Amino acid sequence: MHIVVCIKQVPDSAQIRVHPVTNTIMRQGVPTIINPYDLFALEAALTLRDIDGGEVTVLTMGPPMAEDALRKALTYGADRAVLLTDRFFAGSDTLATSFALAQAIGKIGETFGPPDIVFTGKQTIDGDTAQVGPGIAKRLDFLQLTYVARIASLDLDAREIKVERRAEGGMQMLKSKLPCLITMLEGVNVIRRGSLHDALRAARSQIVKWSAGEAGIEDLGKCGLRGSPTVVKRVFAPSSRAEKAVQIDTADKALRDLADELIAAIFARQPALEHELAFEGGSGQGA
Amino acid sequence: MVEEKFDAIVIGAGMAGNAAAFTMASGGLKVLQLERGEYPGSKNVQGAIMYANMLEKIIPDFRDDAPLERHLIEQRFWMMDNTSHAGIHYRSDDFNEAKPNRYTIIRAQFDKWFSRKVREAGATLLCETTATELVYDITDKVIGVRTDRAGERILADVVVLAEGVNGLLGTRSGLRETPRPETVALAVKEMHFLPEEVIEQRFGLKGNEGCVIEAAGTISRSMTGLAFLYTNRESISLGIGCLVSDFAATMESPYALLEGFKNHPSVRALIAGSELKEYAAHLIPEGGYKAIPQLFGDGWVAVGDAAQLNNAVHREGSNLAMTSGRIAGEAIVQVKCRNAPMTKRNLVLYKTMLDDSFVLKDLRKHKDMPALLHTNSHNFFMRYPQLISLAAQNLVRVDGTPKIDKEKATTAAFIKGRSRWGLVSDALRLALAWR
Amino acid sequence: MSSVNRETPPAAGGRAGMKKDLPEHFQAYRHVWVFIELERGEVHPVSFELLGEGRKLADKLGVQLAGVVLGPPGEASWYAVAQAFAYGADLVYIVETPLLADYRNEPFTRAMTDLVNQYKPEILLLGATMRGRDLAGSVATTLLTGLTADCTQLDVDPDGSLAATRPTFGGSLLCTIYTLNCRPQMATVRPRVMAMPPRMDKPVGKVVQHKLSMLEDEIVTKVLGFLPDTQSVKANLAYADVVVAGGLGLGGAENLQVVTKLARALGAEYGCSRPLVQKGWMPAERQIGQTGKTIRPKLYIAAGISGAIQHRVGIEGADLIVAINTDANAPIFDFAHIGIATDAIRFLPALTEAFTRRLSPHNRDKLAS
Ligand SMILES: Cc1cc2nc3c(=O)[nH]c(=O)nc-3n(C[C@H](O)[C@H](O)[C@H](O)COP(=O)(O)OP(=O)(O)OC[C@H]3O[C@@H](n4cnc5c(N)ncnc54)[C@H](O)[C@@H]3O)c2cc1C
Ligand SMILES: Cc1cc2nc3c(=O)[nH]c(=O)nc-3n(C[C@H](O)[C@H](O)[C@H](O)COP(=O)(O)OP(=O)(O)OC[C@H]3O[C@@H](n4cnc5c(N)ncnc54)[C@H](O)[C@@H]3O)c2cc1C
Ligand SMILES: Nc1ncnc2c1ncn2[C@@H]1O[C@H](COP(=O)(O)O)[C@@H](O)[C@H]1O
Repeated sequence: MHIVVCIKQVPDSAQIRVHPVTNTIMRQGVPTIINPYDLFALEAALTLRDIDGGEVTVLTMGPPMAEDALRKALTYGADRAVLLTDRFFAGSDTLATSFALAQAIGKIGETFGPPDIVFTGKQTIDGDTAQVGPGIAKRLDFLQLTYVARIASLDLDAREIKVERRAEGGMQMLKSKLPCLITMLEGVNVIRRGSLHDALRAARSQIVKWSAGEAGIEDLGKCGLRGSPTVVKRVFAPSSRAEKAVQIDTADKALRDLADELIAAIFARQPALEHELAFEGGSGQGA
Repeated sequence: MVEEKFDAIVIGAGMAGNAAAFTMASGGLKVLQLERGEYPGSKNVQGAIMYANMLEKIIPDFRDDAPLERHLIEQRFWMMDNTSHAGIHYRSDDFNEAKPNRYTIIRAQFDKWFSRKVREAGATLLCETTATELVYDITDKVIGVRTDRAGERILADVVVLAEGVNGLLGTRSGLRETPRPETVALAVKEMHFLPEEVIEQRFGLKGNEGCVIEAAGTISRSMTGLAFLYTNRESISLGIGCLVSDFAATMESPYALLEGFKNHPSVRALIAGSELKEYAAHLIPEGGYKAIPQLFGDGWVAVGDAAQLNNAVHREGSNLAMTSGRIAGEAIVQVKCRNAPMTKRNLVLYKTMLDDSFVLKDLRKHKDMPALLHTNSHNFFMRYPQLISLAAQNLVRVDGTPKIDKEKATTAAFIKGRSRWGLVSDALRLALAWR
Repeated sequence: MSSVNRETPPAAGGRAGMKKDLPEHFQAYRHVWVFIELERGEVHPVSFELLGEGRKLADKLGVQLAGVVLGPPGEASWYAVAQAFAYGADLVYIVETPLLADYRNEPFTRAMTDLVNQYKPEILLLGATMRGRDLAGSVATTLLTGLTADCTQLDVDPDGSLAATRPTFGGSLLCTIYTLNCRPQMATVRPRVMAMPPRMDKPVGKVVQHKLSMLEDEIVTKVLGFLPDTQSVKANLAYADVVVAGGLGLGGAENLQVVTKLARALGAEYGCSRPLVQKGWMPAERQIGQTGKTIRPKLYIAAGISGAIQHRVGIEGADLIVAINTDANAPIFDFAHIGIATDAIRFLPALTEAFTRRLSPHNRDKLAS
């Protein structure tokens, strides 16, 4: 079995700063990480490989330094890493990204054997669109299984897969066929700690690096900015509210009086609310 | 166990570990380096000033691509009381030289760069891998380390302990004692981001010029300690450190001290409007020469902070770490070239070479300094700063008091504060310790 | 949205996306469409929120607003059609077939792309629910058009293009995105980001029925079953009128009861900031914010929450935000309406008691009269 896992290197957004004046992202010193959602996909892939045998190839499209993310994935136990890197990919939106990744997966198939399953994360924390996975599936004409919480069974001979898929209001049990693309739900597993052997191997592995041409991409018009139908026209900071909160003075007040004062302030601003609360409750199901 | 055997395993990818690994890998040795952090630098806290000379000895052309923030053209020493500071400033255009002498760096970035050089030299680096204990043979020679990756072991001829001040591996293995509270300082540090132009304007800098402030006084609330403020390209690192034993005795919180420093009127203006991004605490070995443990043994050497090689008096650490790492690397390469075993007898070469370097010479010179400052901390870190401030204010305030009366008042204050004998003895002891 | 560092200089050559003139074959694309999400017999409220937004866009453009109902034959689908009209649609496209009884990507993608290719909308809006995102991704890729995900604001420019605004870089910035030379312009919006429009009693408008040329045998993926969420998991946070939430300031899991008790007294829902989910103190369904739920209650009470931007984006639609935080300088006071700088662990029980008193039957009678 051959599994491809798409991972993305992203800036640790907890540590991103915005320049107060120019509104640009200050990247200095912002560490990069593997998109946390992708680790659930990687672990699911490694688990399948451990059971059914085969190989896991990790793939990323990004700048040369995205190699760090791939090496880390190797430390977790992936067998092979491919970095798709080319200036032609700069400025790709989800359509162009899924085009390039699908092409690279095609090339991976030719070079290392056709993939049975492609995994992606649910979404990225920087792009945050959850669209690249479905995009790749469509391009590859793979069956698309999104928000998968559990892979219930995999029958390689019958090329059949059963999964539990998170849906609105419940869990959907699906039966489908290989090859398929799975976007993995978060929180469903915990990425393993690779062995010392894996760590050593990862440190020394050669990472396969492909330019657009090497990945067999002929139509550069479908890549990067040129291949992206969406255009970012304006980037700006969220506006702050003009007035700050009205602070209720707490000095020398009993908690009880403070509470009454707050309630009075709430109902002064939302007069209808008191009636609703008294007669209908807050429409939640309560605690 | 991993079958493969290495010539050397280096524990830690800080300044000392990188210097050692680089030197050995460049010397043709098969080197494995273990770092417990997510990446080199991820766990490292430093002010941070980097001294060019010591790095040049390892990577001569480091200026080509190392992530350097600013080169220092100005140094300020401040004596502070609660509302004022008196100080010496030294600024010179001579520091705008082709190969500047000191730079501010951000360790997280610098260590990453240094580590890349180490790997390019041929060493293998494993991150997120902690060495948990040393592995011995029946003759008590160190032959490798056990890691936290499923407890797996890996073997080598020699292990270089470059694990920094916490040095759990060395202490756990009984190679040295746990540093005593009076020989380590706890430093807390923050990074404050400000636009480049603002930093340049506030400190009168242009281009890549940088400025350093080191301050002592009532901010450490009579504990032995120093505060610092360094300009980076678009941030300011500032922090304060005091001896762990002092924190324990006074029950002061390091964070409260840092708040005090930040809110001091002289400092507040320099960081106004900045965005706080990073808070970190770290230990600094400050015991000086007398605290240095055994530096080598059968199958192991210790370098950098792990060996307490830190010059607290001059606020130098990374340069001693780099130099001790390099020298240990050179010594090991020499032993290896002679095809000799990595025994204590052969590794003594490291100590001999280190004795000959500025590292141990400087530390020996100031060997009495840490104890002096410590036992006299109330005078040095509370009374004198106050007295100096009083004297300075007396001098510059023009209020019709005759000058002679002012001088008398100043002298009287000093004598009242510390007695004539105390003053003389402090001066004398300071001079002796410095000599 | 860009998946590659934009700092790298753009690739050589012209840039299709920048072209202002819409290619000939896209000129015929007109009208605003909203995907009406039918879920086990019920319409997901996000569809109504989108109809409300779609109405504004259609009016600005002077075009029609259409709903798209994809569902099984029968009452539920037709009820969805009626609902779409009630929330502002001028016409509704409906594809009724047993193949669309349960959500599956293959038939839904086919139905939607067929409709688009035949009736040519200029704007297509979908809810950023799991189903909406699953569908939007494959529809946009099939049609090779632009898709802006998770928008927080939609507008049309003077030249008639859709200006879709969404958070970027972990919510620290917003960006406005255009799909300049492809049609339809697609966007998804999360539930509760847009306000619920008023329901109108309106006669049913024009309905266009469309046949799906697909057989069950052509569909590989089969639904084996559906396990509805248990009541306890199904926090109705997004649609509650009153929400009480706790943050890290509550100190420990044992203190969460001050939040749940107040919620119970108010008949409200309770939620939390992300760290509480990460610590395992509350289930993920109760997380409020960028990576959790977006809420629009009439009253939101935040206790011990600092007000990070990722939390803020989830609660900005609330009518009244009350913040309780020991730190008078906490960022939450920058966007809360009423603030109390005090210890939430001690204050919330007092507040619970005061509310109970105030809303007691005794006072209720006074209110009623
Ligand atoms: C706040 C502060 C300001 C300072 N300012 C300056 C300054 O301006 N100039 C200066 O020259 N010096 C300064 N120093 C001192 C300087 O930082 C240190 O002397 C220097 O970093 C020591 O280098 P090292 O390699 O010995 O240790 P470290 O840099 O601490 O590196 C040790 C490394 O080993 C790793 N490690 C530890 N244990 C294990 C293990 N068991 N397995 C695997 N890896 C392990 C750690 O993660 C770490 O990366 C400052 C220190 C502090 C705390
Ligand atoms: C990609 C990404 C996505 C994220 N998504 C979300 C999200 O969806 N939702 C979310 O909430 N966060 C999210 N976060 C996390 C967010 O950045 C903040 O870290 C988080 O919201 C902080 O939670 P908090 O306010 O509970 O904790 P803190 O920031 O630690 O604040 C605790 C507050 O409690 C106050 N306090 C302390 N004691 C008391 C007391 N006794 N009484 C009253 N007040 C007290 C303190 O003054 C402080 O302001 C995300 C982060 C990232 C990077
Ligand atoms: N540049 C990329 N390289 C590899 N995989 C990616 C890339 N961008 C997105 N992905 C994958 O697509 C998923 C969804 O991303 P997004 O649509 O950006 O939210 C991610 O979790 C990744 O698995």
